[in-house]
Amino acid sequence: MPIENHTVPVIEVKDLVTHYGRRKILDGVSLKIHQGEIMVIMGGSGSGKSTFLRYLLGLHKPTSGSIRIFGQDITEMSEQQLYELRKHMGVAFQGGALFGSMSVGENVMLPLREHTQLDEQTMRIMTRMKLEVVNLAGFENLMPAELSGGMIKRAALARAVVMDPKLLFFDEPSAGLDPVAAVELDELILQLRAALNMTIVVVTHELDSAFKIADRITVLDQGKILLTGTVQQVRESDNERINSLLNRMPRDDAVDADEYLRRLTGYT
Amino acid sequence: MDEARLNLSLRKRIERLGMKTVNAVEETGYMFMLLYESVVWIILGKRRQQSVRLAGIFREAMAMGINAIPIISILCFSIGVMLAIQGIETLKTFGAQSQVVLGIAISVTREFSPLIVGILVAGRSGSAITARIGTMLEAQEIDALRVIGINPMRYLAAPMLIAMLVMVPCLVILGDVMGLLGGAIFTGIELQLPLSVYFERTYDVLVVNDVMQGLIKSIIFAVIITAVGLSNGFQVRGGAEGVGRSTTRSVVMAISLIVIADMIFTYFMNR
Repeated sequence: MPIENHTVPVIEVKDLVTHYGRRKILDGVSLKIHQGEIMVIMGGSGSGKSTFLRYLLGLHKPTSGSIRIFGQDITEMSEQQLYELRKHMGVAFQGGALFGSMSVGENVMLPLREHTQLDEQTMRIMTRMKLEVVNLAGFENLMPAELSGGMIKRAALARAVVMDPKLLFFDEPSAGLDPVAAVELDELILQLRAALNMTIVVVTHELDSAFKIADRITVLDQGKILLTGTVQQVRESDNERINSLLNRMPRDDAVDADEYLRRLTGYT
Repeated sequence: MDEARLNLSLRKRIERLGMKTVNAVEETGYMFMLLYESVVWIILGKRRQQSVRLAGIFREAMAMGINAIPIISILCFSIGVMLAIQGIETLKTFGAQSQVVLGIAISVTREFSPLIVGILVAGRSGSAITARIGTMLEAQEIDALRVIGINPMRYLAAPMLIAMLVMVPCLVILGDVMGLLGGAIFTGIELQLPLSVYFERTYDVLVVNDVMQGLIKSIIFAVIITAVGLSNGFQVRGGAEGVGRSTTRSVVMAISLIVIADMIFTYFMNR
């Protein structure tokens, strides 16, 4: 896969700063993601990776900084412009976020129904095709509650790609899955890229999965990017935090005795 | 030292009062914003290529209105019977039992039918709105809608509002009929007044204004139930427990507002 690409990046984030209440979550994040690449955003819990994804999806307005997707700044877009853009983006959420009141087939069909004027039969065929791709053929009449965790994720993936988006986001594909199902899902992501030449952004904390699918990896820690590089570069990094993440070591923060006492007693 | 502590606790109390006031104002504003957005989507949806779907409206109308028909019928019928019992009992003192028809007709159409329907729909559908939106919010389904490019206001809120505005007045008309029927049947048994005579007299005493009062009220109630249900739903935090808490809050709030609005409205309509 071409890593260095000199065309306009699909996603270009510049100095993104975001707050949750008064707490700063992301602190000056900058990142470029190119056409056809699989970028894995990695980090421990609380690193801000999920928050980062939500901002990439345009679900919140950042404090400062810009996020350009296909060259357009989504932080300055109107709802209507975002609506147009979102037809070209697919998202598979961590828990699937399938609509509980609809069958699997209806879930996958929903984007088609809302965005296209296709007739019912065509939509049904397209839905079945996507369900074939994620190995869920024949499950379209089941309700989400009747599916296993891995099937829900695959159904969510089918819904995310039903419009053949140019850009796919995947939140924690392997979280909560058994190892076999997780590996299958990784394979599926690679196949999708090969077949449809999508740009794929995956947020995960699973190392094995990240190393397997990533062209490049961005490591987030406490709201800052530690490193963006190829799998090789991340493996060879001598950054302490990255190493502790790679070797699954507990965080070893320096202890500030006064601060600790203040926290315990509640006096500020 | 004691005085200082007293001052501090007083200050905290005033602070809390201020905070609560600000929150209440904020929430009211939020409700109006939700209503405003729903209305905007109903009107402009088509131009934005996202019209409010008829199928969605029918689905909501089915759940809110049609499925509530049996219970509304039973309750309003019971209210009619109850009014007849009490009316006859009270009017007996003046020997004016036959005037009970007037009492039932006016109190059912103006007051009881809208109120019972309002409270029942708040309990049945207001809670359902909150629970549904809340659960969807917690399961990231609302986010999913937004990233698919479906505005949740257009897809969820607007159909609910339309369905409410259509179904609650319809249920009130049903309630009127059932209430009057209940009154008629009990009066018929108690005072040997034939049904036809009862309804003839009811037609004589009832004016359009009586029924209209009830219907206008019902529209206000519909707006209250939807706004309260939605705003509580969209404010759900904290998982399943949060959904439960918000649902309870939604029902209590909607019923309280309905009763208070009813009082204010009745006062102004009868001056």
